Amino acid sequence: MSDISNLPLPFLILSFITILSALYVVTSKNPVHSVLALILTFFSISAHYILLNAQFLAIVNLMVYAGAIMVLFLFVLMLLNLSKESEPIKSNLWGIAASIAAGMVLITLTAAFQKSGIAVMPAPSEGIGLVKNLGRVLMTEYLVPFELSGILFISAMVGAVLLGKREKNSEELVDLNNKNNA
Amino acid sequence: MLNVFHNLEISHYIYLSTVLFSIGLFGVLFRRNAIVLLMCIELMLNSVNLLLAAFTEYMGDANANGQMFVFFIMVVAAAEAAVGLAILVMVYRNTRKTDVSFLDQLKD
Repeated sequence: MSDISNLPLPFLILSFITILSALYVVTSKNPVHSVLALILTFFSISAHYILLNAQFLAIVNLMVYAGAIMVLFLFVLMLLNLSKESEPIKSNLWGIAASIAAGMVLITLTAAFQKSGIAVMPAPSEGIGLVKNLGRVLMTEYLVPFELSGILFISAMVGAVLLGKREKNSEELVDLNNKNNA
Repeated sequence: MLNVFHNLEISHYIYLSTVLFSIGLFGVLFRRNAIVLLMCIELMLNSVNLLLAAFTEYMGDANANGQMFVFFIMVVAAAEAAVGLAILVMVYRNTRKTDVSFLDQLKD
């Protein structure tokens, strides 16, 4: 593993932004701030994709994740009026346990990948991540998974609509829950 | 553009996505708000996507199989977010909370 000061500057800056905004997603009290920080994370990951010669993935990442999914999250936050909700104060023990568990995963994965640092980036191959090549591969080799993902989307849409439909007796359910909690 | 990357090893991308994955895992374990939990899952999925794209570039694979995997992971993540948020809205409608620690009715 080479010294960290030898790394290219774009990679360093982008990684810094990515990790800092990801940390802010996790630690921020306000869910709206979390969503905005996650959008920043997705933007920097898209920049990583461009540096990795995956131009189509970069654009799709921006449109699907930062554009569609995050707007969905924001809509749900505003629909439920959760932006001012403060989470209950958790005990420090919980935080310590979570940090230890996540830190153990980090240490284990890092140690497992310790021997892999030989490969250096080969000469960049032209046009792998462009629509021309990806579309050809998608329509020949990956045709069946592509069609299956369409079925998955239809079932997800039907499921979301069914779940989101307002039931007639939802007030009774709330009453039942209140009775149970009392 | 890519000449700046002659001394960038694959291990740096591995470390970056490992750190991102661990941050997402920490969020899943630490936070109680179900929306933030879903966002942390998205973060973990994105770290895996980044690693797959990096491996595709380092392998020089002309078919870009890794990028295809990223594509399908994005499809599954979009469907998962839609269904998860629908479930979340229903849970909120029934309990007026999105705190996952209150969803313990199966316990008794």
